Amino acid sequence: MAEKILMKGNEAIAISAIRNGVDGYFGYPITPQSEVMETLMKEKPWETTGMVVLQAESETSSINMIYGGASCGKKVMTSSSSPGISLMCEGISYIAGAELPCVVVDVMRGGPGLGTIQPSQSDYNQIVKGGGHGDYHNIVLAPASAQDMYDFIDWGFDLAFKYRTPVVILADGIIGQMMEKVELHPMKPRRTAEEILKAAPWATTGKTADRERNIITSLSLDADIQEKFNRKLQAKYAVIEENEVKFSEYLTEDAEYVFVAFGCSSRICEAVVDGLREEGIKAGLLRPITLYPFPEKEIARLATQVKSMMSVELNLGQMVHDVRLAAGGKCPVGFYGRQGGNIYTPEEISAEFKKFNGLE
Amino acid sequence: MISIEDIKKPENIAYRRPALLTDNVMHYCPGCSHGTVHKIVAEVIEEMGIQEKTVGICPVGCSVFAYNYIDIDWQEAAHGRAPALATATKRLCPDKYVFTYQGDGDLASIGTAEIIHACARGENIVVIFINNGIYGMTGGQMAPTTLLGMKTSTTPYGRDAKLNGFPLVIADMIAHLDGTAYITRQSVHTAPAVRKAKSAIRKAFEYSQMGVGLSFVEIVSTCNSGWKLSPVEANKWMVEHMFPKYPIGDIKDVPAGR
Amino acid sequence: MAIKGAIEVDEQKCKGCSVCVANCPTGSIRLSDKVNSKGYHYAEMTGDGCIGCSQCAVVCPDSVITVYKVKI
Repeated sequence: MAEKILMKGNEAIAISAIRNGVDGYFGYPITPQSEVMETLMKEKPWETTGMVVLQAESETSSINMIYGGASCGKKVMTSSSSPGISLMCEGISYIAGAELPCVVVDVMRGGPGLGTIQPSQSDYNQIVKGGGHGDYHNIVLAPASAQDMYDFIDWGFDLAFKYRTPVVILADGIIGQMMEKVELHPMKPRRTAEEILKAAPWATTGKTADRERNIITSLSLDADIQEKFNRKLQAKYAVIEENEVKFSEYLTEDAEYVFVAFGCSSRICEAVVDGLREEGIKAGLLRPITLYPFPEKEIARLATQVKSMMSVELNLGQMVHDVRLAAGGKCPVGFYGRQGGNIYTPEEISAEFKKFNGLE
Repeated sequence: MISIEDIKKPENIAYRRPALLTDNVMHYCPGCSHGTVHKIVAEVIEEMGIQEKTVGICPVGCSVFAYNYIDIDWQEAAHGRAPALATATKRLCPDKYVFTYQGDGDLASIGTAEIIHACARGENIVVIFINNGIYGMTGGQMAPTTLLGMKTSTTPYGRDAKLNGFPLVIADMIAHLDGTAYITRQSVHTAPAVRKAKSAIRKAFEYSQMGVGLSFVEIVSTCNSGWKLSPVEANKWMVEHMFPKYPIGDIKDVPAGR
Repeated sequence: MAIKGAIEVDEQKCKGCSVCVANCPTGSIRLSDKVNSKGYHYAEMTGDGCIGCSQCAVVCPDSVITVYKVKI
């Protein structure tokens, strides 16, 4: 039987990184995700797997260390929370522009500004729509449990290297801080030098006589070259949208009403659905697991089946715009959210749902 | 009497460009120090036989295209962040020779946090710092190293300490940090100066594999276009005005006991 | 025994910056009256005083000078 350990979501990120052959972690402390680096430092993976762990002087420096490490074809990652992620967005844009693979974990807290240290989902727009400058996307994965935090590291690196693109694990303070049982999968060794040459022939591994020099850059200066490159990026995103959408559904088969929620909100909405079902209301839940690419086809399909949808988010209405776009006016789409680190109860959501649908 | 044609035979070659320099024509202005420094970096890598083990990190500024000229693997960093890229590269690939090549705007202004902390951590990298007291690529604006009284496009009446503060003497600042092993200031305006600068770069590369900390080679340079002088006049101006503020010579050489 | 030298300039890549001229100890380099395709007056050897010391090539920012030297 696989080993199961009780741990925080943040700890699961760290343990997963060590166990999945990550080469390097570079980060900067910020609540509510500091346990990631604390766990790594306590585990001392440099003595076991050879993984490098470094506390940088800022988030700006961390993300640029990621740029350097990813340039070498290494599996490198960082983690932070909302204000720190804002600082990293410059670097993430460069990473997207240089087509480098990496994993960034954002354990969201309330904003704007320094905001609060309590859970939030208000970085949806920043991360899903870009964040940095230029026409690019992050692949965005939304974990809803400590197990997801553990599993998404390996999945994230697979996607990052498959598409040479930054992958963001968009978690929140609840998922980061909550303790749950996590099943540990067998250890994956770090890649050997030969495996890196095979997986990343574009990397700065040292110019040998049998190839041209490898240059990692996001600079072109020539308008035509830049436009051509951007079209290439868009073609890559089209492939990602076609192949990598992931979502889960709960009681949607016969649903007349569907909630759309990600991360911790999807866990809470499951309880809402259960409660409404007990009252004889046919409710269901769609949980986007990838926020980019977004499960727009499934939402479009459900929009023709249900009487209404409701997007439930720990912000003042960000994902709801994508839900409405996907629903294409086929059904009304409501919204309920809380802010600043406050969290809704199932009863609260249920009441808002009834108000929106005139069921009282 | 031997004819010129008889002298110009392959067996008589006394000096030729390093093979590690690509055939690309450099985009730099005539007389720019960058080209000379590129050449000696290429010579050091070639003479040490470490092309396959070297990763260069170029900055934002005039030398953003350094990767077009030296035939090694390169990373092009965001403005000021080269030491962060170098840190990760060296820590993840300790067998590699890792160097950054940065100008004064990149290293001494927007990138001060990155360079100071790379020095403080004692990263085993080489930093080549081109200090010509001006932003070249964006059209000659004031740099942190611009001398007092020096005219630039953003100090059209000369740098005034009350308005613009004082020049930053980076090499002296980082000499106080325990993580730095070797700090030297050189120039490339004469052949003897070029040879000394090349020796300094070679020493820095050698130190970077000894695990002794960060090696920093500042090259006091010219920007004749920005300074609005001819290349030869710019070299003279540099000797007369830049050298008193940025004196040439070793500041720190820990492995050599200095 | 005397030392004789000569230089060869990649005329098309020379930018005529004159740094070599200023560094030549024997006054054996000048800028040509002619220009290359970029419009630069390129460097060229003048007279027979070149001693092949390489100073010009060492300071050349564009690495366009090859130096030859013989002992006769």
